Amino acid sequence: MNVASATVPFVAHSAADASLQRGKVSIRDLNFYYGDTRALKNISLSLYQNKVTAFIGPSGCGKSTLLRVLNRMYDLYPNQRAEGEVLLDGEDILSLQQDVNMLRARIGMVFQKPTPFPMSIYENIAFGIRLYERLPKSELDGRVETALRRAALWEEVKDKLSANGLSLSGGQQQRLCIARTVSVKPEVILLDEPCSALDPISTAKIEGLIDELKEDYTIVIVTHNMQQAARVSDFTAFMYLGELIEFAATRTIFTNPTDRRTQDYITGRFG
Amino acid sequence: MVPGSTKLYAARRRRNTISMALSLAATAFGLGWLVLILGVLLYEGFGGLSLKVFTEMTPPPGADGGLLNPILGSLMLTALAVAIGTPLGMLAGTYMAEYGRHDRLSTVVRFINDILLSAPSIVIGLFVYEIMVAPMGHFSGWAGAVALAVIVVPVVVRTTEDMLRLVPDTLREAAASIGVPRSLMITRIGYRAAKAGIITGVLLAIARISGETAPLLFTSLNNQFDSFNLNAPIASLPVVIFQFALSPYADWQKLAWTGALIITFTVLALSIVARALAASGKQS
Repeated sequence: MNVASATVPFVAHSAADASLQRGKVSIRDLNFYYGDTRALKNISLSLYQNKVTAFIGPSGCGKSTLLRVLNRMYDLYPNQRAEGEVLLDGEDILSLQQDVNMLRARIGMVFQKPTPFPMSIYENIAFGIRLYERLPKSELDGRVETALRRAALWEEVKDKLSANGLSLSGGQQQRLCIARTVSVKPEVILLDEPCSALDPISTAKIEGLIDELKEDYTIVIVTHNMQQAARVSDFTAFMYLGELIEFAATRTIFTNPTDRRTQDYITGRFG
Repeated sequence: MVPGSTKLYAARRRRNTISMALSLAATAFGLGWLVLILGVLLYEGFGGLSLKVFTEMTPPPGADGGLLNPILGSLMLTALAVAIGTPLGMLAGTYMAEYGRHDRLSTVVRFINDILLSAPSIVIGLFVYEIMVAPMGHFSGWAGAVALAVIVVPVVVRTTEDMLRLVPDTLREAAASIGVPRSLMITRIGYRAAKAGIITGVLLAIARISGETAPLLFTSLNNQFDSFNLNAPIASLPVVIFQFALSPYADWQKLAWTGALIITFTVLALSIVARALAASGKQS
């Protein structure tokens, strides 16, 4: 499979400095419908390997919808459908042959509200690992520890692994969810406004984490917070009313946007 | 302040006082009967409570005895009914809450289930009489258990569906996001999150059937001997109370009061446990 030629040339708009990057996911002519309502209109863009891409835009512009196409979360609901192509390493994930559970093992997701499972901290992590691997107890323990360390949570919970995951604070729960996502060894991590329910200190911790995680993963983050997008992302996609208005290096979007609407949005004139 | 607003406020306060008084009176009226029933029950039944009640068989009129066979019979019938009704009810409730949320079948099942939930229990007794007692040619413990199970099913269907619906969709999405298949999500995460509520439903179903007399009259009937053969008629507390209370013998009537006391306080205890469980489920 010719991954490079399949994905990289399809760089949208002005992302000139993006052409050097390797596309991990490439989206082509994507349309999405909630029943008869078209929520995404001809979206085309690439997500680059080991980079953080931020989706920004006013509420209802389709950023979360786009994110939920990438792991086919919309499959859980009737009357939602996607048309077009989404290639993960050149393979179309929208095709019917794609096993959604295997896809979701490769593309993990963290949600706006922390969603620990109603079980112990240890089990929250081990549950995901056991889905894909049969490991002896000692090895499993190691994997749980690694995942919790990766999410910068180990030091805070190592003495209470058997406590219920719901007993943690909001920020800790969110890091637990990140650990859970990381534990199944995905390639891409989708973050849907992961800090919107958190205080500034927890937010800073998660942002620091995103920086570290991009060494191993391709990351997409939906955020309402423009400073956050500027701080953590390498590329930014600005969306408006279901369309992708502009996609470029974050630096470019925030200092020299091409489209008037992008400029208006980032300077706070609307949205 | 707007001129005249104190008058409006005073009127509103008056209305508030009147509605509160009416509500309190209605509550007192309802509770009054309950206290009266429990009081009479304690007064009449408590004197008869002794170890003998739990260790001896039902006596012939004029002799000494207890309620051992109906107590054991009731326990057996209830246990069997729950064993039959709970899995059926949970499976149906799970279908409606998890798989068939948007389909027509769920709507139809929910409607029928609501009818069954309020069906007179004597009708259920007659139904089981028709399908089991008549073909078999005799009353039996099995038929009694099935009749009670028919009462258990709709209660469990309802609570299972309601409790699983309370599990937030974000939790389902979180499970899906790491590739958990739906069946595993339901058994390992959904049931766990809804556990307290589902157990509460089962306890309430037990409370409901432990006092049922009508369906048993047509199915398990009664047995004055210490028979625990489910293929034969079997004694149960509600039916024995019914028989003894209507009898002309004073000692039988006394045993009936004691039996009624035992059932009532067992149901009360079950309800309290169910409430405590439900409350603890809400906290976590």
